[in-house]
Amino acid sequence: MQKITDIHELKEIARKIRVDIIKMTNVAGSGHPGGSLSAAEIFTVLYFNIMNHDPKKPEWEDRDVFILSKGHCCPGLYSAMARSGYFPVEELMTLRKYGSRLQGHPHSSSLPGLEASTGSLGQGLSIAIGCALAIKLNKKNSRVYCLMGDGEQQEGQIWEAAMSASHYKLDNLCGIIDRNRLQIDGFCKDIIDYEPLEDKWKSFGWCVINVDGHNIAELINAFEESKTIKGKPTVIIADTIKGKGVDFMENVSVWHGQAPNDEETKKALNDLGELH
Amino acid sequence: MIFDKDEELFYNKPKIKRDIEKIEFKEKKVHLIPEETESFEKSNYNSTLDKDLFTNVKKGKTRDGFGEALVKLGEINQNVVALGADLCHSVRSMWFAQKYPERFFQTGIAEANMTGIAAGLARMGKISFMSTFGVFITGRNWDQIRMSVAYPNMNVKICASHTGVFSVGEDGASHQSLEDIALTRILPNMKVLVPCDKIETKKATFAAAEIYGPFYIRFGREDVPIITTEETPFKVGKAEVFREGDDVSIIACGPMVYEALIASKELENEGIDARVINNHTIKPIDKETIIKSAKETKAIVTAEEHQISGGMGSAIAEVLVEDYQVPIKMVGVKDKFGESGKPDELQKHFGLTKDDIIKAVHEVMRKKP
Repeated sequence: MQKITDIHELKEIARKIRVDIIKMTNVAGSGHPGGSLSAAEIFTVLYFNIMNHDPKKPEWEDRDVFILSKGHCCPGLYSAMARSGYFPVEELMTLRKYGSRLQGHPHSSSLPGLEASTGSLGQGLSIAIGCALAIKLNKKNSRVYCLMGDGEQQEGQIWEAAMSASHYKLDNLCGIIDRNRLQIDGFCKDIIDYEPLEDKWKSFGWCVINVDGHNIAELINAFEESKTIKGKPTVIIADTIKGKGVDFMENVSVWHGQAPNDEETKKALNDLGELH
Repeated sequence: MIFDKDEELFYNKPKIKRDIEKIEFKEKKVHLIPEETESFEKSNYNSTLDKDLFTNVKKGKTRDGFGEALVKLGEINQNVVALGADLCHSVRSMWFAQKYPERFFQTGIAEANMTGIAAGLARMGKISFMSTFGVFITGRNWDQIRMSVAYPNMNVKICASHTGVFSVGEDGASHQSLEDIALTRILPNMKVLVPCDKIETKKATFAAAEIYGPFYIRFGREDVPIITTEETPFKVGKAEVFREGDDVSIIACGPMVYEALIASKELENEGIDARVINNHTIKPIDKETIIKSAKETKAIVTAEEHQISGGMGSAIAEVLVEDYQVPIKMVGVKDKFGESGKPDELQKHFGLTKDDIIKAVHEVMRKKP
């Protein structure tokens, strides 16, 4: 997969991913735009710059592995996958439809390129650890990336995984937390406050890097830095805005799991600079 | 005995190249000079059963069968990996850990994490054998089994030790797994095996390695009677008739198969000719053998070390109620939690003895059409 290094190109891809997310969820009539939009740059940087992968060979044994632990944000993932060549972009509009390969939450049996079936929160990091252990056992140099939500930090299994990853010194593992500060019932700090998040991960033995989750250069630097860390896994805590790019969605919790209607879609696409 | 290699055995199996070599499951045995015992060739009993079964029964731990098989699997296939959750001595995964430490992953008291890690290893081409106590390996991580293993059809084998009532005595209810067959058979893509003795547990472990996809294997802690021999057939999805008979069918799994055989011997004296079936595969269940036994004997007793609701008896009842209804009586735990006690005390307390099977036979035969 040809690496894209030009920041403007990468920004444009992120914008296109956002457009896809809005269109896909609108056509599907359901889905999770908020948390998909907040992660658009993360998906872009991973699939178009950082990860070593071959969309034509999803089972390539030397591939880097990506696991979307916050599985509900699959509209963003599917878009990144389509635009990097895993399947035709047109297929994106089949999201959530009966018979579609693009299930409502990622299902590895239905879509080549997906490593796991996620959607039940808190499970992806454990799976990522299994992948990382296998890669080390096979004496390969590939890396494993796992994108988690911030509300997801409330799940106990995340911390079981965090403990074991540093116990096993998995320096080929990089977690990313999309800290958009919102979950379904409201702001995370009002539900169960997970802060101080950096301190928690540090105390579990991880290297912690903070970034602005919408700054592509910062993300690239953080991922590159994670490759140099030896003897411990890395977590990148990315500060983001839920619903980023669409004015009426930003920081509004209801857009966690609600699709925009046709009128709202028009507004959103306008915000995203999409001509139609 | 060579395992049958079934390519298209079960559900949604992707075409993945299997790299387990077919192994000759014959080990070096020392042949003792047999004593004069009843020849099984002349009786209704399956001729491959252990000749000393009714006279001087040998005993062995089913968890040892698992442990030995796992080590052998580690030897013949480099992709076999194992995981444990702080109970590795007890469940015998420690034997594999000692021989192949780089392929063994201790995950500590964290079964949900262990399940995800097993799935991740399988995703990257390993054959994951995870094991710990039955209560913990199906309870604490049920959603993880469902979503990380069964739904994506990962090549993970869930090996549960210390199950049932005979296994765990003094530890009591928190450690006595009486619901695990129900919890696992209910999941699509899952195969469920309950071997009857140490020898069969070894075969079950090998079979699970040979067939792609999620497996649940149930075994226990205590010494239980050795019923089978290396010659006794074992094929996933095929129930074995251990005694031919026409009056009633006793379908059992796990250590209850021995109880069923002893019961059948006593029933002989009463003039009741009982068919005894070893139903080691709860899922996919052998509908053919079950329906045949219903048609030919017209009365069924099931016996398992498990809650009556949702276990093997229920699975058999599901088959019969759709396809061939006959009177059925289930021997098992009657909707109670376990408790502390010696295994034989608990066996009596929960109604899991040969006498309970005989009683059930009498009851069900009274209802025969």
